Amino acid sequence: MSAAEHDTSPCPADHPSHGGHFEHGPQCGCGHHEATPPDPGALVSARGLAIARGGRTLLSGVDLDVRRGEIVTLIGPNGAGKSTLVKLVLSILKPDRGTIFKPADTRIGYVPQKFEADRTIPMTVARFLALGNDVHAGEVTKALAEAGVAHTANQQLTELSGGETQRVLIARALLRKPNLLVLDEPASGVDYAGEAELYDLIGTLRDRHGLGVLLVSHDLHVVMAKSDRVLCLNGHVCCSGRPEAVARSSEYVRLFGPEAARSLAIYHHHHDHRHDITGAALPIADGASGGQES
Amino acid sequence: MSWPEPFFVRALIAATALAVIAAPLGCVIIWRRMAYVGETLAQASLLGVALGLALQINLTFAVVVAAVVAAMVLIAFGQQRLLALDSVLGLMHHATLALGIIAISLLKGPSVDLMSFLFGDVFAVTNGDLVWVALGGGLVLAVMAMLWKPLLRLSIDPDLATAEGVDPVLPKAAFDILLAVTIAIAMKIVGVLLVMAFLIVPAVAARPVTRTPEAMVLVAALIGVLGVVMGLTLSLLHDTPGGPSIVLAMTILAGISLMIGRAMRR
Repeated sequence: MSAAEHDTSPCPADHPSHGGHFEHGPQCGCGHHEATPPDPGALVSARGLAIARGGRTLLSGVDLDVRRGEIVTLIGPNGAGKSTLVKLVLSILKPDRGTIFKPADTRIGYVPQKFEADRTIPMTVARFLALGNDVHAGEVTKALAEAGVAHTANQQLTELSGGETQRVLIARALLRKPNLLVLDEPASGVDYAGEAELYDLIGTLRDRHGLGVLLVSHDLHVVMAKSDRVLCLNGHVCCSGRPEAVARSSEYVRLFGPEAARSLAIYHHHHDHRHDITGAALPIADGASGGQES
Repeated sequence: MSWPEPFFVRALIAATALAVIAAPLGCVIIWRRMAYVGETLAQASLLGVALGLALQINLTFAVVVAAVVAAMVLIAFGQQRLLALDSVLGLMHHATLALGIIAISLLKGPSVDLMSFLFGDVFAVTNGDLVWVALGGGLVLAVMAMLWKPLLRLSIDPDLATAEGVDPVLPKAAFDILLAVTIAIAMKIVGVLLVMAFLIVPAVAARPVTRTPEAMVLVAALIGVLGVVMGLTLSLLHDTPGGPSIVLAMTILAGISLMIGRAMRR
């Protein structure tokens, strides 16, 4: 399905709750959900996810695929269920309905939202990285260097700046030798310049290791320029596809306002290539597509 | 005064062992901000005294049972969302203390001294008590060693730990049980009102002068043992009550450590 379709089919937040796995396509009629089977080649492939907590539907009918070498960004307003979807992918939460397919070789490195070093716990960066990771000191140093924070190894976690903390968390995630990196608002508490550098780092890591990346952000332009695919979430997938197409869609404009859509154009740049699994550049495939591009 | 008196040696052994057992638990209590949980378990263990007196069974055993049951009640309450844990603790804390004191005063014969349960009587420690400290304490330390990494990871960031495959419930529940056992074996030595000081004060004292979690445990144990020696010496020389003297000594050491920590940071 193409993101362009959604321009003519508004999908409000109070959209009727979709049925279970593979049931919603026909009843729904909004064209957002298709009863396609999970993609076995993806690092994570979710179909028809629904979850409610305390009588409130947090997510319904959500499909998500993240493949090797691609950056998928979840955007949406506060309370849209972005972090909930991440927690479902990480198996911290269990869905009420739907399935999450993860191949056995999927290894997730996770960078949590709002990590705050606890002042009551004395902890050096190096010890934090080694904790729960069966690694030797050389690997710790290498991971820190790769994330650009080699100088922090002997500092206390509480002494780090916001940007350093995020990079240390990325280094910790790398030590788990992931093929899928999941980052929940990695730029929170980071200044504007640091933010752009952080996304550059994520892009570099994707290219170098062929990682799949699932990113949450409510910050639009910087992130979207880096993304291969954007999922606009508001309790369900409102629209999805290549960043340029999503930014043009009426759903996006309705959720974020025309200002956001216009400001995106300033930061927009054209991808003249894409990356394969090894990070090598390939000619670009044209057009926007939804969660089930084939 | 002949030196060393057997009662003093027993007191020294019991309190020193307790300080060592308390160190890792005290650190986790501070990290997880569960001082109030500990206080509540301590008060609830008074009910165990009443239970032991009523059933004519070993008091320490009865206190262990009561404290573990109280821990399980707290674990169960932790799974519900209606009341915040703090509210549950506020309720249980005072209810169990009141109930325990009433039950003991109704049951008590001439041999029961309520004050000794509230403040402990370190110089009345028997060889049987030492066996409880050795066995119970050894068990607590062994299980703590197994739980150490998961507890540390959950303390740092529960979401991160869970995403990395740490069970988010079991280590915490097991820790609550260990805490209950520790409180129970400590009650005879320092009493329900001071037992949490034994756990918390050395850990607080260790924080400002350490840079890794394991160092914090070691320094907490050292400060705890030093506090025991200082407190018992004070008690012997000036005939002050044993448990409170130890707690006072530990608190003074904590103050010194805070000042050292501030100086180190400059």
